Amino acid sequence: MNPEPPIVRLTNVRLDRGANTVLRDISLEVPRGRIVAVLGPSGSGKSTLLAALTGELVPVSGTVEVLGQRVPQRSRELLELRKGIGMLLQGNGLLTDLTAGDNVALPLRAHTTLPEVLIRRLVEMKLHAVGLRGAVDAFPRELSGGMARRVALARALALDPPLMLYDEPLSGLDPIASGVIMSLIRRLNDTLGLTSIVVTHHVHETLPIADEVVVIANAGVVFAGSPDALQASTDPLVRQFLRGEPDGPIPFDASVRAEAA
Amino acid sequence: MALLESTRSLGRAGLFTLSVLRASRPSADLFRELVREIYKIGARSLPIIAVGGAFVGLSVTLLGYRALDTYGASNQVSAMLGLGLYRELGPVLTALLFIGRAGSSIAAELGLMRATDQITALGLMAIDPVGKAVAPRFWAAVLSVPLLTGFFCSFAITASYFEAVHVIGIDAGIFWQVLQDSVDFIDDFLMALLKSAVFGAIAALVAAYVGYHAEPTIEGTSVATTRAVVNASLLVLMFNFVMSALLFR
Repeated sequence: MNPEPPIVRLTNVRLDRGANTVLRDISLEVPRGRIVAVLGPSGSGKSTLLAALTGELVPVSGTVEVLGQRVPQRSRELLELRKGIGMLLQGNGLLTDLTAGDNVALPLRAHTTLPEVLIRRLVEMKLHAVGLRGAVDAFPRELSGGMARRVALARALALDPPLMLYDEPLSGLDPIASGVIMSLIRRLNDTLGLTSIVVTHHVHETLPIADEVVVIANAGVVFAGSPDALQASTDPLVRQFLRGEPDGPIPFDASVRAEAA
Repeated sequence: MALLESTRSLGRAGLFTLSVLRASRPSADLFRELVREIYKIGARSLPIIAVGGAFVGLSVTLLGYRALDTYGASNQVSAMLGLGLYRELGPVLTALLFIGRAGSSIAAELGLMRATDQITALGLMAIDPVGKAVAPRFWAAVLSVPLLTGFFCSFAITASYFEAVHVIGIDAGIFWQVLQDSVDFIDDFLMALLKSAVFGAIAALVAAYVGYHAEPTIEGTSVATTRAVVNASLLVLMFNFVMSALLFR
């Protein structure tokens, strides 16, 4: 029996930002149906990795495959691929002149020919799934940080994408809102049959919902395995990150970090 | 080096213009956004256009009366007003007021959309950000500026009429007759609308280009807004000369 192919596969990928190499020789596979947490200190290249998955950043070398195909460079094919990827951005990216409902309806109106009545119904269902059915007519400025994040999540789920990418989903949220977002990510992943990649530096909030963990530091993958294996790791680099120690193999100074990369 | 950078920048602006035109396929969504933008940048600009037009009409009438009265031709003041307005002042001053009022807001809005990840989010949802955020603003400007020019000239002529007839004492019939005789519908009026449409396109493209490519910071947005107003104003003045030389006999 052939195992199901991974939904994301990176092979010997090198990613540069300008003249700096941010990540090098990255090889990674994300199996379908799993939640993979990509952890690492700020500036380690986690968001750069996501940019490669969405085609915003073209790798200098190596191959990036998403949903069974190499990430295309031609804009038309790239837009087609992106219809299968839902992404929750760190800054939400909600259109401020549209209501929450219209924000969620945006991809539905752009990519489907569904009648308006059905779109309204779907929007209500998506907002209901994130616990915000009553916020359909609210503008983003009227929502709290946690609520806006959930509206952005509902919008990312609008087209029922098989792959969800979360870029720092907890940044700027209080512990209660963080807990709500994390439990939503787990519940939606299981009930909708998604695959989720969660990029974050919030270790303790993320580990309970993750099936697998990848730790990125010093321009490479320094750990890949289960959350339990991460907790048990004796690697000094992993220990430093988990304990939040300023001194260790991961330099605190960003310039030193870039040189180390 | 500076020449190379200028050429590169010009090429990027040209490609941006092409991408705006390519993204302007007629659709219900584009029409909905277009109506909203015409209200935002067109209808809301009406008060300053009205006030600006009225004061320009008053000034030109005063200037014309003083200049023409020397030769005993003060009755011809509305000819000077009509030609001056439709050929030059109307399209140019409307475009400059529009740039100050709406061009700056287009640049600021797109700059803030860039800074708050809204443009990135559109791209990640497989929605062309140029089609969604730029094309409606561009076409709204192309349609709004000629209409605003019409209003500008109307307010200028109305103000001039009151000054010339009720303050200076020119006969009302002569005022209208001279105005009608001096302004040609095709050569002056339609050309003014054509000029205005070109100026609207220039204003929107420059403002959208600098806003869309602004640094994603508060300072980047502020620089983009300033650059939009300065560059678009200068381009309008340059294009006005070229178009006047080519269009008017």
